[in-house]
Amino acid sequence: MEPILTVDNLKTYFFQSEGTVKAVDGASFEVYPGQTLGLVGESGCGKSITARSILRLVDKPGRIVDGSIQYYPANGGQALELTELPSDGATMREIRGKDIALIFQEPMTSFSAHYSVGNQIMEAIRIHDRGLSQQAARARAVDLLRKTGVPMAEQRLDMYSFQLSGGLRQRVMIAMALACTPRILIADEPTTALDVTTQAQILALLKDLQRSFGMAIILITHDMGVIAEMADEVAVMYLGRVVERGPVDQIFHAPRHPYTRALLRSIPSIDGEPRTKLPTIRGSIPHPYSRPQGCPFHPRCLERIAGVCDQHEPALARMADGQAVACFLHHREEIRQN
Amino acid sequence: MLAYFTRRLLLALVTTIAISALSFVIIQLPPGDYIDQYIAQLSASGSAISREEAEALREQYGLNQPIWVQYGLWMGKIMRGDFGISLEWQRPVSEVIGERLWLTIVVSLAAIMFTWMVALPIGIYSAVRQYSPGDYLFTLIGFVGIAIPNFMLGLILMYIGFRFFNSNVGGLFSADFETAPWSAAKVWDMVKHLPLPVFVLGLGGMAQLIRIMRANLLDELRKPYVVTARAKGLTETQAILKYPVRAALNPFASTVGYLLPYTVSGSIIVSLVLGLPTVGPVLLKSLVAQDMFLAGSIILLLGVLTVIGTLISDLLLMWIEPRIRFQAH
Amino acid sequence: MAQSVPAIPTDPDHLVEDIATDAEERVSVATQWQLMWWRFKQHRLGVFSGVVIVIFYLVVVFADLLAYVDPAQSEALRSLIAPQPIHWFDNGQFRPHVYALAGKRDPLTFKRVYEPDPERKIPITLFARGFEYKLLGMVPTDVHLIGLAGAPPEEGLYLLGTDLQGRDMWSRLMLGTRTSLTIGLLGVAISLFLGVLLGGLSGLYGGWVDTLIQRIIEITRSIPTIPLWMGLAAAVPNSWNVTQIYFSITIIISLIGWTELGRVVRGRFLSLREEDFVLAAELAGASQWRIIFRHMVPSFLSHIIAATTLALPAMIISETALSFLGLGLRPPAVSWGVLLQDAQNVQSLAISPWLLAAAIPVIIIILAFNFLGDGLRDAADPYGV
Repeated sequence: MEPILTVDNLKTYFFQSEGTVKAVDGASFEVYPGQTLGLVGESGCGKSITARSILRLVDKPGRIVDGSIQYYPANGGQALELTELPSDGATMREIRGKDIALIFQEPMTSFSAHYSVGNQIMEAIRIHDRGLSQQAARARAVDLLRKTGVPMAEQRLDMYSFQLSGGLRQRVMIAMALACTPRILIADEPTTALDVTTQAQILALLKDLQRSFGMAIILITHDMGVIAEMADEVAVMYLGRVVERGPVDQIFHAPRHPYTRALLRSIPSIDGEPRTKLPTIRGSIPHPYSRPQGCPFHPRCLERIAGVCDQHEPALARMADGQAVACFLHHREEIRQN
Repeated sequence: MLAYFTRRLLLALVTTIAISALSFVIIQLPPGDYIDQYIAQLSASGSAISREEAEALREQYGLNQPIWVQYGLWMGKIMRGDFGISLEWQRPVSEVIGERLWLTIVVSLAAIMFTWMVALPIGIYSAVRQYSPGDYLFTLIGFVGIAIPNFMLGLILMYIGFRFFNSNVGGLFSADFETAPWSAAKVWDMVKHLPLPVFVLGLGGMAQLIRIMRANLLDELRKPYVVTARAKGLTETQAILKYPVRAALNPFASTVGYLLPYTVSGSIIVSLVLGLPTVGPVLLKSLVAQDMFLAGSIILLLGVLTVIGTLISDLLLMWIEPRIRFQAH
Repeated sequence: MAQSVPAIPTDPDHLVEDIATDAEERVSVATQWQLMWWRFKQHRLGVFSGVVIVIFYLVVVFADLLAYVDPAQSEALRSLIAPQPIHWFDNGQFRPHVYALAGKRDPLTFKRVYEPDPERKIPITLFARGFEYKLLGMVPTDVHLIGLAGAPPEEGLYLLGTDLQGRDMWSRLMLGTRTSLTIGLLGVAISLFLGVLLGGLSGLYGGWVDTLIQRIIEITRSIPTIPLWMGLAAAVPNSWNVTQIYFSITIIISLIGWTELGRVVRGRFLSLREEDFVLAAELAGASQWRIIFRHMVPSFLSHIIAATTLALPAMIISETALSFLGLGLRPPAVSWGVLLQDAQNVQSLAISPWLLAAAIPVIIIILAFNFLGDGLRDAADPYGV
């Protein structure tokens, strides 16, 4: 299968007076049509900035400094190198919303409180379909709300975001993102702000919509449970880098990177011994200005090789089974080439 | 929404009563009453009235009644449009104030319009292009606006006009029109004279509004809904103008609440410096001459006009802020 | 080859963690005031403004030392003399001096004009003798910072010229600074008292007390202040002496100026009431007074200081405006507003622009208080971004 989006060695840095924050520092992954890629990691690991970089919505003082983002348009034409397009130019704006859409963690603040949600959905429709009449756009908006399971869609259209419940708001947000049937949907922590029941409903809805629209989803989350439920492929990020990547079954059953293993250990299990302490990852994420030398994970790693992990950075290398991992425990030979 | 409106209306009513009471206190503050002053006035011009006549006059004006009855009488008269007689001018107060009050409103409103129309785009520019040379320039102008009290700005501009252009830049009309009846030509003459007083009066408020607008918009620009808008495919400019600017307008509308009293207040003292035929110079003269009915009426009218203006701005706020419109309580 | 990389004997991540936490530890053990001071120091304009303000208040303390002529001494013959420059060098030698002024009659207009006479140089000395006053209000003396050697200052020392009545503008400006800046401080103190009292009551008790005080604040804010001040100030009897007028004007100004401070205090009280540390203190059984003074007040004192600093310019402008209108302080009192009253007439201003001299300190002090207040306000949030 051909990917519709490949991200290779993406680096997005923030240049601040106090120092440079390497928010994304070499992220690589592919997105396949109709599939879900789970982007997982602790908060601050650069997941959201990666998403924003794809849409070229990184604000100053942030900048993409290196790497490539290739997008393969629907008509089978030439791949577009998104990092080279002007961020406010016509091509990039045409891609946003129409080809690649975005939904956020916090639907409350992602909607403007000054316009009805209908106004905001219809705007999303008419940006890319200028010939469409007001009535037609409205009809489509109602249809979208119905598809995303919003009851009384007609009335809800004229409401403001602050009048809706959290779950409804997220459904409306999804409806807005689907306004132009995008080929890729980036969902940035779509269920974090919701309670568990609503969470399950929204995830089911996303799966459903993916099936009927045939779109690819990049699901950004810190929740391994959500990943297990939704993803086909997983990319684990740590300090702006993808440290392990592979099919979801392999990641869960045969994790290779010590960080992935630690993440999986820290999920509470129903089979676990009652009243035992849940393992945590020791230490904390380093301060953004003082990232460790060598492998970014080595200060917290229980299996680090002294003199190696604190000196050299492991590259993300593909293993024989299709899984890729950036760790010297698995490919020492990488150093020799360096 | 109705609750909000009722609350505002009630507050306006209470404020009006408070202002009327204050005005009445001011009228009563100087020693002696109206008749004492009247007698003094008469004796200054050589005539006199007897004690009985004075008492009869006191009776007629209700001056020997308790103070709150006097207040009630005074308010009752004002409701009927009778503001009393000005000692200084020997004419009904309403006649003395009449046209000047309208000119005060014209000048103040023009200043507020100017403040908004200039502060809004500058505030947007300064926030969107934060730390650009333009932003620094406007910040500097803002500080000048804050640092120079408007009457001093008026003085300085008058001095510059007089010294370097050899012209009196004050006034609201050319000499030909000063006493002429109203006509299209007179209105046009006034419009031509408006820019200077409007600038002097508006600069301070403009500086404050630019600061507020810039700070608010900077806050709003960081909110996720801006990214949402851009992720839909809007250009940056479209997204900013439709969403965060709209949100930042809210404090803009609510500043009217104190921008209006601030401007009316300033117009009094600026009128004196620039020689504008507003109520300002009359108020000062009446206070110096202790012509208290005139002074009290002016203070009352200015206060009430401000309350009305504030009420209008509240309605404006309600109109642009859906959260208020849909609040149940 | 990988094995040839020498192993470091000590635990390497130990070092990393030490570096990371050193700065953090300094921050976490610092007191609130230390944090504020560190942040404030970064606000250069704020620090500079603080220095300017200290200099202004030194002028307040030593106003009569800095003046060299009795500010009330008028002499019709010396009316409207232009500022006279100081000549710093005499034949290449550092010897500050002024030219003596000689009065002449203009043959065309018959007006008396003063012209410097370059032949008569009068040297300037430090600590010259002049009019008598009490230094710091206690020590009787007649020493002034500057003066002329062997001649009264009237012979040629006119740093800022004279006004219509021939009074020395420099000396008047020094004493005017004292009046205007103390009235500002005193007014703000009264405002602060009212604001903290009413704002505190409002924020602390809530309910109808809050509603009432809030409405009072709203009403006061919606009334145009200058006409109201004018009305109240005009009622101050003419017969009162300078001190009585001074205090009544101060009170009138602060009666209306407290609302902003009241709003700030109330807002702080309300938000602090919801804070976890207040709840924690309550749960720990601390008394209400202890919670207020030990926990709440220290955490918003810095905000109050910042708000007070920002309220000062408004006080100073109010006094200046009222006195300028002739309704505030009245001669023989001297303040910036009283001084500016002479500049009301454009014609006389055009001929003698130095009458506007008092405008300069007004502008400087307003800017300085604004910058200082901004700096303090930013610093008052030590944990903020």
